[in-house]
Amino acid sequence: MNDVNYGVYAARLLPQEELFVQGHRACQGCIPALMLRQITKATGRDLIVCNATGCMEIISSPYPFNAWRVPWIHAAFENAAAVASGVSAGIEVLKRKQRFYHDRPNKIAVMAIGGDGATLDIGLQALSGALERGTDFFYVCYDNEAYMNTGIQRSSATPLGASTTTSPTGRANPEGQTTWKKNFAEICAAHRIPYVATACPSYPFDLIRKVKKAATVNGPAVLHVFAPCPTGWRCEANLGIRLGRLAVESGMFPLYEVDAGKYTINLDIEAIKKSVDDPMAELSNYLFQQGRYRHLKTKDELLAQIRERLRADWTALKARAGM
Amino acid sequence: MSGRITPGKPIGMEVSIAQAEVVAQCDVDCIAAYPITPQTHIVEHLAELVADGDLDAAFMPVESEHSAMSACIGMSAVGARTFTATSSQGLALMHEMLYIASGMRLPIVMSCVNRALSAPINIWGDQSDIMAERDTGWVQIFTENGQEVIDQTICAFKIAEDHRVTLPTIVNMDGFQMSHVIEPMVFYPTGKIRDFLGVYQPLQRLDPRDPKMFGPVGIPEVYTETKKAHDVALIDSQAVIEEIWEKFAREFGRSYAAVEPYRTEGADYLLVTIGGLGETASVAIDELRAAGVKVGQIRLRLWRPFPHEKIRQALAGVKGVIVFDRCLSVAGTGGPAATEIKASLYNLPQRPTVVGFIGGLGGRDVTVGDFRAMIQKGIDYIDRGAAPIYEMVGVRE
Repeated sequence: MNDVNYGVYAARLLPQEELFVQGHRACQGCIPALMLRQITKATGRDLIVCNATGCMEIISSPYPFNAWRVPWIHAAFENAAAVASGVSAGIEVLKRKQRFYHDRPNKIAVMAIGGDGATLDIGLQALSGALERGTDFFYVCYDNEAYMNTGIQRSSATPLGASTTTSPTGRANPEGQTTWKKNFAEICAAHRIPYVATACPSYPFDLIRKVKKAATVNGPAVLHVFAPCPTGWRCEANLGIRLGRLAVESGMFPLYEVDAGKYTINLDIEAIKKSVDDPMAELSNYLFQQGRYRHLKTKDELLAQIRERLRADWTALKARAGM
Repeated sequence: MSGRITPGKPIGMEVSIAQAEVVAQCDVDCIAAYPITPQTHIVEHLAELVADGDLDAAFMPVESEHSAMSACIGMSAVGARTFTATSSQGLALMHEMLYIASGMRLPIVMSCVNRALSAPINIWGDQSDIMAERDTGWVQIFTENGQEVIDQTICAFKIAEDHRVTLPTIVNMDGFQMSHVIEPMVFYPTGKIRDFLGVYQPLQRLDPRDPKMFGPVGIPEVYTETKKAHDVALIDSQAVIEEIWEKFAREFGRSYAAVEPYRTEGADYLLVTIGGLGETASVAIDELRAAGVKVGQIRLRLWRPFPHEKIRQALAGVKGVIVFDRCLSVAGTGGPAATEIKASLYNLPQRPTVVGFIGGLGGRDVTVGDFRAMIQKGIDYIDRGAAPIYEMVGVRE
């Protein structure tokens, strides 16, 4: 289990310096934008960001405005990992040839970042290639469970039963998304890379610790970050952080890490539950604060399927972590 | 470079291997590539040069051409001299990223070994691949033989990295008919090439000490101006390219021009070729000249920026122009070269008739006799004032 001493992490010990700054055009209550503040506080200035097309790219870079105080490149939608491969290789060779970057006291971390569509769908091949090649970089997928930038279309990260603009509920299909969410962290872990972790900005110190680890480890690292989107999830703008906690506590998005192949669960959702008989009790509380799940209130069979799946996934995860 | 090459005297070598050797001589820092026939020998040999320690560069074997160009964008954005090579479907898969590389003004150099596009799948040579990318904003140069490949590869780095240009550059060669042919070529001393090129100094790069944003959103208020700047830069690059070719001629002894004439003196008719079959066409020109036909040849070397003025100067005043394209614009207005030449000439007060022939598709051989017949047919069309919009030649009925 998690042996991290959360006592040493305190908000006042975080850097005051903001490297992802105000003035960007994110929606009210945007958790991915909050996540970027947390990530850049964890990395500091020695960072190059390779951003996939998507919300965080659009809202931070409408020329001549720039919300980033670190070097940043955006090329296209499906290739942030490939661009980052090039950045990482270029830095390495210019250092070796004593041409540039060789005089820096600290490692320059290379971060690729994309949403769930850019990562689990269109960019999965480029990411797999970068991981397989052992690229020295870390990849952050901020997962808000649909293509939010283009208007809330379903992706392979959209959970079963969620209503989106391309998995709508209707008379012929009253249940919304008909497929299960792709298990992204496990796909990455199957590449046997040095470090894979899930994280959520609702647990900022856990996320910051994982970013520091991902940025400093030699070779590829992946962070799968659960990043609520009040606009796309059709909920109040002040609910993002709470929904992140409920997703973790309900088993929808367990916090864990795979460090050199060793699984560690960072938050034991059974231990924090009042009722050990039903560790997934928070599920209804999580689902029904969101408009995208509104139609599920009467779908007992589908809810039972979801609960069963969450239990099975949690049990399998515990087994991998040796619990 | 490896021990295979001795500068200064002709060496017989496969053109692909020669290009890889000269890329190494150019002190390239980074290569990202994905294998596709007939480009493979170039990147295989670069991988060998790196594996043998003859080239100190990052060689990144990526999982697709899309990622190859994406990685090249990252490499170039940190200030590394960057090279890749591709063909056909690979170039088509890169399509999206070609606009982005040039829009971000990254001086990547790419070898394009021209090959047909599917379907039906066909690995042999024509120019369908590159012509589909003509509007991507890259400098695009054509070659006719191995020596030209060597020379233009050196010049491509110089052109791309010139601060007045800073645009990615493609060197084209014919698939198989050039890439896989052993030709005699003269190499140059590595030190001389490196002095000619200098160390690449990017105008800007990704650097935490001086954070910059590459590839931001271009809102409607700035997008048009960005495109105008790109257009001006590519148009203006022609003067720089010609200056670099002149410098190359002074230092290495071989001259190049955007539009190169062959036996045009007193010609009533001109054949325009683009790429390696131009050499075959030249033999047909020789034979027809010997038979008293007043025909000459224009080789179009610089495809982008399109050398309008040079084309007008070269073609104005003759009775007719016959253009040979190795690319079909399906149900369009003709082959790409013919169409653009027509457009270039159209507003002239007096203009020659332009006849467009399309052939040599998917590796179909075009012989000296074929060119002779094509020229004579073209002259007949011109004299009768009966030129078709375009005509495919060598089609079996």
